[in-house]
Amino acid sequence: MEMTEPITWTCTGCALLCEDIQVHIKDNKVEKVEHACLKGKARVYGCKHTAISTVDQAEVDINSAISQAAEILEKAKNPLLYGWSNSTSEAQVAGIELAQTLGACIDSTSSFCQGITINEIMNGSIPSCTLEEVREKADVVIYWGADPMSSHPRHLSKYSYFPRGELRQRGYEEDRTAICIDVTQSRTAKICKAMFFSIPPGGDAEFMRALMDGLAGRVPKLSYDFDVKRILELAAVLKKAEFGVIFAGLGLVYSIKEEFDLILEFMSTLNRFSNFSLIPMAGHFNMRGFNHNLHEKTGFIHRVRFTKNGPVSGVEYSVVEQLKHGADAVLVVGSDPLASLPLSIARRLKDIPLILVDPCANLTTRVADVTIPCGASGIEVGGTAVRLDGKKMDISPIVQGDGLSDEMVVRRIMEEVS
Amino acid sequence: MAFAVALLSRTKQYTECPPLMEEDKYQDSRQKLKNILKPMEGAEETGLIIHEELCSGCGNCVVACPVNVANDPHGSGRGFGPTNEKVIFRVENGIVKAANIKECRRFGKDRILCRACIDPCPTEAIEFV
Repeated sequence: MEMTEPITWTCTGCALLCEDIQVHIKDNKVEKVEHACLKGKARVYGCKHTAISTVDQAEVDINSAISQAAEILEKAKNPLLYGWSNSTSEAQVAGIELAQTLGACIDSTSSFCQGITINEIMNGSIPSCTLEEVREKADVVIYWGADPMSSHPRHLSKYSYFPRGELRQRGYEEDRTAICIDVTQSRTAKICKAMFFSIPPGGDAEFMRALMDGLAGRVPKLSYDFDVKRILELAAVLKKAEFGVIFAGLGLVYSIKEEFDLILEFMSTLNRFSNFSLIPMAGHFNMRGFNHNLHEKTGFIHRVRFTKNGPVSGVEYSVVEQLKHGADAVLVVGSDPLASLPLSIARRLKDIPLILVDPCANLTTRVADVTIPCGASGIEVGGTAVRLDGKKMDISPIVQGDGLSDEMVVRRIMEEVS
Repeated sequence: MAFAVALLSRTKQYTECPPLMEEDKYQDSRQKLKNILKPMEGAEETGLIIHEELCSGCGNCVVACPVNVANDPHGSGRGFGPTNEKVIFRVENGIVKAANIKECRRFGKDRILCRACIDPCPTEAIEFV
């Protein structure tokens, strides 16, 4: 696969899945990458340290590691299959099939991320739109509890604020208004300048209610110190929007997850006066893909257990609850739970057999009982993924790897257990 | 005063002042001036400096720059990576690079103090001196 001309690549650095990246390859190695942000660049250049096949932290051949993984999962009474957000949809589908074969629980990082928002969008309770529609039509964009300038660096330049769109020929200069509602003056807040609304931690629900009051023409009331005039001004901007979009970040979701119906009420109120959609700020490149794929197979988006009577879903089947008490073996694919889960929950991973399938050596490989290396999705392995707005994207490999894909590893495990 | 103006407009270097360079009593002033003018060393002809260590490659400047938009309306202007070589800003290996600097609105006799690339930068990686 030697080439000197750049090839067009879809970046798997984050859930924006930028499809205009130019990569120069020489001797099967990346020489230069154009148009990708630093996150994309880090992704395209691959792992700093690649994972190796191990059993009990001793190096073995990959076949032995796969056999050991199958044996652990077969013996387990309540196995958990977790991760999946950095895997292709094809690997996710294989994982769902493995969970069905094992009668296991399956969950993804969306369980403690944007799953709750994606669920409401998929069942039609919250209106949403594509990023292309945002670029062509959006005149008011709100980043609520989100800092895309840090998490999805090309978000504002490629879609939501700076570009010229079909109905927004003057781009950010005259045709778009960017609003940031957050607890900290983030990089995104700096771009929004005077349209940054600083709220106290946990103050989102109250701010949302105040804004609904403002929209309905009532005087907003807040328990914390905030200039009510500014809320009324914001409500006026929202009312005038022709095509508004709210980018809901984890800051918002974590703040109001106990009363999530409030978002539904807010969107409904807002759309009585205006035209607003909501897009969840999914982080990992195919987090939303897992929700779509699992929904297609089971009717649920995450936290599923396969029983004799069919799939069931509930908070008790979430990764957090299963790791607290329940799971007696874990297969992790496309995630680094030791780096991403709270220590109090991740700690239990050392007490139960842990199998990790990943291209890179990471924190979790240090404690895994079995490590199985695989090709990096979107670099050595192609397939499909779902962008943060729900659009299915093709991803192609750019270099030739010599290992198995994560899908093949999962299918090999499945062959040995069934 | 004229020499100071020439220094700031970068038509003269501080090393071209004989007393400053030759007389010991100006040693401290020489060092101070050297430090003050240090940021200007890496500047382009328009005074543009890119602090690569601060850049995250977001491409805001690529899409906001009016020259990029005019010269590449269907690429940079629409939020995509540049599709031709006529642009000033493009992102390579995760960091913004500048080229065609004579196209910049800050270049030449009729220059204007355009800030289109500075204002959208969330990390203050772009500066003009």
